[in-house]
Amino acid sequence: MSEKIINNISKQFNNSIEYSKENNCIFVINPDKWLEIATFILNDNDLKFDYLMCITGYDLGESSRFGVAYNFYSTSLKHYIEIRVEIDEDIEISSIANLWNAANWHERETFDLYGIKFSNHPDMKRILLPEDWEGHPLRKDYKTPDYYNGMPVPKDKSYWE
Amino acid sequence: MTSIVDTIYNLISYIDIDTNILLLFAIIIPGLVIFVLMALNVMLAVYFERKVAAFMQDRLGPMEVGIFGFKGGKKFWGGIGQIFADTIKLLTKEDIMPAGADKVLMLISPFIIVMGALLTFIGIPFTDGLIVSNFNIGILYIIAMSSVGVIGVILAGWSSNNKWSLYGAMRSAAQIISYEIPIGLTLLLIVIVCGSLQVSEIVAWQAENRWFILHSPFSFIAFFIYFISVVAETNRTPFDIPEAESELVAGWMTEFSGFKWSIFFMSEYANMLIVSLVASFVFLGGWLSPLTIFNIFPESWLLFDGFYWGVFWLFSKAIFLIFVMMWFRWTFPRLRVDQLMYTCWKVFIPFSLANLFLITLWELVL
Amino acid sequence: MFKVIDKSIISADEMVLNMGPQHPSTHGVLRLKIITDGEIVSKVEPVIGYLHRCFEKHCENLSYEQIVPFTDRCDYLASMHMSHSYSMAVEKLLDVELPERVEYIRVIIAELQRIASHLIAVGAFGLDVGAITPFTWTLRDRERILDLFELLCGARLLYNYVWPGGVSHDLPSKFVERTKEFLDYFEPQIDEYNQLLTTNKIFIERSADVGVLPLNVGVNFGVTGPSLRASGTNFDLRKDEPYSVYSKFDFDVPVGEGLMGTVGDCWDRYYVRVLEMKESVKIIRQAFEGLPSGDVHEVLPKKIRPRKGEAYSRYESARGDVGFYIRSDGKNTPTRLKMRSPAYCNLSVLDEISSGWMISDVITILGSLDIVLGEIDR
Repeated sequence: MSEKIINNISKQFNNSIEYSKENNCIFVINPDKWLEIATFILNDNDLKFDYLMCITGYDLGESSRFGVAYNFYSTSLKHYIEIRVEIDEDIEISSIANLWNAANWHERETFDLYGIKFSNHPDMKRILLPEDWEGHPLRKDYKTPDYYNGMPVPKDKSYWE
Repeated sequence: MTSIVDTIYNLISYIDIDTNILLLFAIIIPGLVIFVLMALNVMLAVYFERKVAAFMQDRLGPMEVGIFGFKGGKKFWGGIGQIFADTIKLLTKEDIMPAGADKVLMLISPFIIVMGALLTFIGIPFTDGLIVSNFNIGILYIIAMSSVGVIGVILAGWSSNNKWSLYGAMRSAAQIISYEIPIGLTLLLIVIVCGSLQVSEIVAWQAENRWFILHSPFSFIAFFIYFISVVAETNRTPFDIPEAESELVAGWMTEFSGFKWSIFFMSEYANMLIVSLVASFVFLGGWLSPLTIFNIFPESWLLFDGFYWGVFWLFSKAIFLIFVMMWFRWTFPRLRVDQLMYTCWKVFIPFSLANLFLITLWELVL
Repeated sequence: MFKVIDKSIISADEMVLNMGPQHPSTHGVLRLKIITDGEIVSKVEPVIGYLHRCFEKHCENLSYEQIVPFTDRCDYLASMHMSHSYSMAVEKLLDVELPERVEYIRVIIAELQRIASHLIAVGAFGLDVGAITPFTWTLRDRERILDLFELLCGARLLYNYVWPGGVSHDLPSKFVERTKEFLDYFEPQIDEYNQLLTTNKIFIERSADVGVLPLNVGVNFGVTGPSLRASGTNFDLRKDEPYSVYSKFDFDVPVGEGLMGTVGDCWDRYYVRVLEMKESVKIIRQAFEGLPSGDVHEVLPKKIRPRKGEAYSRYESARGDVGFYIRSDGKNTPTRLKMRSPAYCNLSVLDEISSGWMISDVITILGSLDIVLGEIDR
């Protein structure tokens, strides 16, 4: 990520973000400002990040701190940025599905697998797992349920191994 | 020309029974022969289609099943026993009836379709004098009877209790009914030129003048319009939306299995044979040998003309047209429903009407 | 004449038609909930997740070397691309410099795999539209590529070949010769496919002007790969952000120009794939000319223990932009591994571009987007 981009964003949102050199990404400290930051990087003439590549949720392990990493790219100006938002459990991040439609399905997947809630999402429901699944599998403290709809989930592998 | 029914009646008339019973026998025997002919046709046509499809797709088709030790392997007649294997499999498969389907309608709809095909065969000649009944409204009878099948298609789609089958049946019915109009209009051309609806008269006219396809440029165009319309009428690709495999599984035939499905199959290939035979004797000279066009050989034995040669020529022309239909199936993608209807109503019907008008002018002038 | 109809004129009852998970033409187990009024579609909702195999959760318990076969099974039609992209992400964390021979071999394999994947895309698209013969022809040619792969690593579909730090086997002695024979045989075949399918009037009527994807809509939805290039941009990661040794080769990037209809319709998406196959042949020939010698196992690590940190690698696979986001804690298993699959974003645009068309067109559009459910569901 070039210095120019970082300076550009820091000038606008001085207190809400922090650039981390070792991780090569921008951390959003104040999640309430996230929608403003996102709108800024989409519309600003020097940034123009029109292509949202990937949204990754991750679990930091200690006391359920979650993080969401966004990777952006600009097809016209050919530069790249990674932004991360780290939150506690039960805090909602504003959804950017109205700005980038690619975020629609990616945020649904993050909710499905981690339980991170996104506010103002047009269609928040599970996408990869069945609608009646309980729990959020990719969390570090996830335990496989014993029964799913009355069928026992096999845990003892000696039957087939 | 006399008909088979007349011939048989005359043959058995010396037996001393009531004339009506004699007439009954004279009618039933050709009917059974026609049914056997249709069964043979479907058995051979299925094998032919599989081989043609395979060779066009750069593979070999049936290779393994043989009869009496003749297997064939990689030769072009490989796997000849597949004929019997397919027939036995179709006849002995389990008959699954979906729950909620209308049982009575499911039972009778295949038979309505095959009845249409059987009835049409009554008016189709196999050579000079070999026709079940020589109607004096021959062509009109053929066109009318081939429309009976539509009822069976709609009943089949409705009785399956399946949204997709109903879709397929509706599309198929719309397609068949629409494409009958260009067929009627193009067959009308020869009636105008020859002056009679009777089949024997039509071929006799072609024997005296020339094959109808070479008669005028309008009849040449009419042949192609007719041929493409019958491909649409028999639901073959590129017009096989009702059976579109990649969209509707098997369209209106999805829920039928076993014997009922083999009846549908029989009616599809019987329809193909019927329309090819009609094209052959209306446009391509029927049972006349092709060598008569060029008038090279004056002696009749070199012309390969005659009773048995007539059967040979008529069937070889029909089989060539069936081969072209199969060729279409494996070459072209399929048309969408609205493009299909557009082709019929906005392309074929205006052209056929124009054709009809222009050929009357041609006849008046020339 | 076959344009989107103004919805305000028709007001009929709408019904939900279910193209269920088992269907001959959705490419895999995909369920499409189509809301239609009989023939015209107003909304298509894809329901995915029938092939979810918990790939990302498994990777948290497997070591880096053990993950490579799993990446193959994500996009099983372009497995080399998946494992190549994964290896690139791990190598970013390992900070290794690969020998040139390994890079050249990886490029040759990747381009052969691209041809194989596009052959299926082209054939299956013909099959969706109703032409059955091109499918058998393209599969016959793909068999030759699979024979080459079998010669190379012993497997036909799921290779386990590209490892982080190198490749598993060097090229066998006859490989270069046989591949050159294949390339000489294959180039005229593309013209045969064009004769049979590309310029066929019925095929053009079925696919031109259908499902037009405007460029800004495509970028907003995250569509990449040939589906986006058909809409008029030459955005190709091999040229814009060159990785491996792609900067040394000279090749064009086919762009959709709307030759038979509008820019960005199904015909364009299909034709871009046909042209890309020709470009891949060019790249492979150039790679053979410059292939250096060396040892492919030079920097192959015995045990992979990357540094603490994160890496995101981007790679141009047959379907678009594959990304692997790996978070590592210094252990020999990743803490978090996320695969950004191109078909996931390509499928999400289906609703946008197919409203107003007919049910047959939904299948055509789905076929032109070229999805593989294995990488969508992971």
